[in-house]
Amino acid sequence: MTVERVSITLKARQVVDKLRAKHGELIFHQSGGCCDGSAPMCFQKDEFLIGSRDVCLGEIHGCRFYMASDQFEYYKNMHISIDVSKGCGSSFSLEIPLGLRFMTISRIFTDEEIKHVHPVEFRQAI
Amino acid sequence: MAANPDETASQRPTLREKYDNYIGGEWVAPVDGGYFEDTSPIDGSVLAKISQSNQKDVDLAVKAAWKAAESWNKSSATERSNILLKIADRIEENLDMLAAIETWGNGKPIRESSLVDLPLAIDHFRYFGGAIRSESGESSDLDSTRVTMEVHEPLGVVGQIIPWNFPILMAVWKLAPALAAGNCVVLKPAEQTPISIHALIEVIADLLPPGTVNIINGFGPEAGKPLATHPDIKKVAFTGETTTGRLIMQYASENLIPVTLELGGKSPNVFFDSVMAEDDAFLDKAIEGFVMFAVNQGEVCTCPSRALIQENIYDEFMERCLKRTEAIVMGDPLEMTTMMGAQASNDQYEKILNYMDVGKQEGAEVLTGGEKFDNPAHPNGYYIKPTIFKGNNKMRIFQEEIFGPVVSVTTFKDEAEALAIANDTLYGLGAGVWTRDIHQMQAMTRGIEAGRIWCNCYHDYPAHASFGGYKKSGIGRETHKMMLNHYRHTKNIIVSYDKNKLGFF
Repeated sequence: MTVERVSITLKARQVVDKLRAKHGELIFHQSGGCCDGSAPMCFQKDEFLIGSRDVCLGEIHGCRFYMASDQFEYYKNMHISIDVSKGCGSSFSLEIPLGLRFMTISRIFTDEEIKHVHPVEFRQAI
Repeated sequence: MAANPDETASQRPTLREKYDNYIGGEWVAPVDGGYFEDTSPIDGSVLAKISQSNQKDVDLAVKAAWKAAESWNKSSATERSNILLKIADRIEENLDMLAAIETWGNGKPIRESSLVDLPLAIDHFRYFGGAIRSESGESSDLDSTRVTMEVHEPLGVVGQIIPWNFPILMAVWKLAPALAAGNCVVLKPAEQTPISIHALIEVIADLLPPGTVNIINGFGPEAGKPLATHPDIKKVAFTGETTTGRLIMQYASENLIPVTLELGGKSPNVFFDSVMAEDDAFLDKAIEGFVMFAVNQGEVCTCPSRALIQENIYDEFMERCLKRTEAIVMGDPLEMTTMMGAQASNDQYEKILNYMDVGKQEGAEVLTGGEKFDNPAHPNGYYIKPTIFKGNNKMRIFQEEIFGPVVSVTTFKDEAEALAIANDTLYGLGAGVWTRDIHQMQAMTRGIEAGRIWCNCYHDYPAHASFGGYKKSGIGRETHKMMLNHYRHTKNIIVSYDKNKLGFF
């Protein structure tokens, strides 16, 4: 049994559905840094150039979830769940005009889970 | 003193019901007629309606800017300098009003907006007004008949995307050098905090030739993207986070234009044991330096969010720092006695609380705070207690920018370990070093990989001192005259005074 690194809440799925109806296929990229950093960004597939060193943590509700590999070093032992809250971020993430903001909820894997956790993929291997 | 909500409402500055775009010197409704509501983080109430712009509005603004550029790009340094100095005077005359709007829009305490944000904004206009009068180009005699000259010319029209943590000051950091260098500007404020920039424009509008500064409100994907990809925009300046920073560079590559980026940090604040050698004014200053993580509710790119304390003074020093942190007064941000205000938005508030949870799960110890603050003055605002975690540098709370009033503390044995921990980060924006040993200070300041090192001080942002990042913290240097060259071309001119041909053809 493989343990997924990333999941998505029902509420966030509904927002993804809404955005997908308008924009087509989507991806997520976890941001770092100031202001709206440390939060997931949702883009149209092919809008954001996935870096050759970025890693894919898995797929949530049909959207691949990426992160810079150096940032992933600090997420290796964590499960993350993508949720949504009311808000008004100022990035280019697609949900922002809806008055909503995706966010990352983290949980440390148990010792048992960590043995079976989903391996990450590099872009070249996709 | 906590004001009751009715009293506070009466302190509200007079705002317009809605804020349109500012294009070509006029307030222009968005082409497609959309508006969104801007709420105050102080109490969650609606402040005004804001135009929800898209590509059509951006096109109008860029066109207006190029029209103004015909004369502004060729204006004299004297003319531009005089205008910048008048702008500074005008802001100074309206300081109290602008500071109040800044606090209502962003949530920061009024003592910061009126004593820090606005005075610095004024000074940055004066600094760049002065810088362009005192600088000169370069010329060299190559030989007896040839002279080479390096002259500067503005880029034309530039795009600027402003963050929400210092809505006026960050706009001025970008506007002042761009205007000083002779450019026209299309600026997009952050959607959480657009009003204060409009209030500022209102008081200086008559000083600026129409079209030199244009303001487009709206959301990143709808208004930010058309600005960042516009083929007639000659440079983009952005302050924000790394994923959007990458996207801005990607968009800039479509038009092969330069960018400057400021993308945050995880700044170390390093305290060596000599700070406790005496119980004197300097120790008192160092303790204040530790508590600087609470400035602007921690919503500062250079927030000293990692404190590194030499292990032999840890217990005694932290005891003093804890006392000082717990003495932080929270309350109505409109009161001059309030030291910490509201986080700028609901999603920011939620994100900070999520990181508190991450820290606890990672095994970090909460020394104080660690939770929301129920503000009796404004029960519906976004308030969080100043928080100190103790943990180690491999934890996410030591590695990721929380952008809240949260400091993560760890200890070190010696200088080598302090330097290793300080540099063990993806970022390199700011750092603080506190010591009475000048040799140690030199070793640390040269050893730390960051664009700004504060020695025995912190959170000082004077004009005439460059600001920018190493590593993933960005590209470019603001708040110094070197920023002028990020806003202009260098043209080389070679003049021959020789009447004779080369003899080749």
